[in-house]
Amino acid sequence: MERIPILQMGEFLLVTIQVDMHDQLALRLQDDLTERIDQTSARGVLIDISALDMVDSFIGRMIASISGLSRIMDAQTVLVGMQPAVAITLVELGLTLPGVNTALNVDRGMNLLRQRVGRS
Amino acid sequence: MTIRQSGSQPVRIEQDVVLARQLARKIASECGMRLVDLTKLVTAVSELARNTVVYGGGGDMDWAVIEETGRVGLRLVFRDEGPGIADTRLALTDGWTSGSGLGLGLTGARRLVDEFELDTAPGQGTRVTITRWT
Repeated sequence: MERIPILQMGEFLLVTIQVDMHDQLALRLQDDLTERIDQTSARGVLIDISALDMVDSFIGRMIASISGLSRIMDAQTVLVGMQPAVAITLVELGLTLPGVNTALNVDRGMNLLRQRVGRS
Repeated sequence: MTIRQSGSQPVRIEQDVVLARQLARKIASECGMRLVDLTKLVTAVSELARNTVVYGGGGDMDWAVIEETGRVGLRLVFRDEGPGIADTRLALTDGWTSGSGLGLGLTGARRLVDEFELDTAPGQGTRVTITRWT
């Protein structure tokens, strides 16, 4: 079964989406991540979408719900690497991802995660 | 208006949504469309192709590279023989959905393209035509 790999780095989980996802794959990632947060007691999730050349309302919703789910499970989510053209399109589409933490790249995203986890 | 090139692609199952947007990306990039415009078009294709599969029960995407008064564009038609839409005004309202989505598919797609046409009636299927100029 096709899956997006989830890597563990200390108390954080890292996901790099590198394929053009169909809807089932996006939903599976959401389920897998929730399960892994539970198994590993992760405090943070970093999702790198720098390889995604399109985010539509379905993927946007998946990202928002991962962020919400992880918050409920005491983990922070940071979305990193959104391409400028994707950002412009998302806003025009009407999806501004309220409540989702974002950072420009993986480096800044990791810093943000550490800050957030340190504070809570 | 002259048609430079045209074709059709089935949009029946979920994986076809991925293929539809990949094809749209390829054609749009061959037309020389700018990255931002191309991204908007591909995102609109994703929304509409998903609607065709989920609400229309599957259908087809017809594409054509068109030329009009010196400009080149990509015109796409998403058509299905599904239940159709009874209230098109409601369907084109942000946030309204007949299913479990966000209600951004049709309205969002409309904002992402230059021309948008919705042709549907209950029991008559749905036909959405979009055009994005380069």
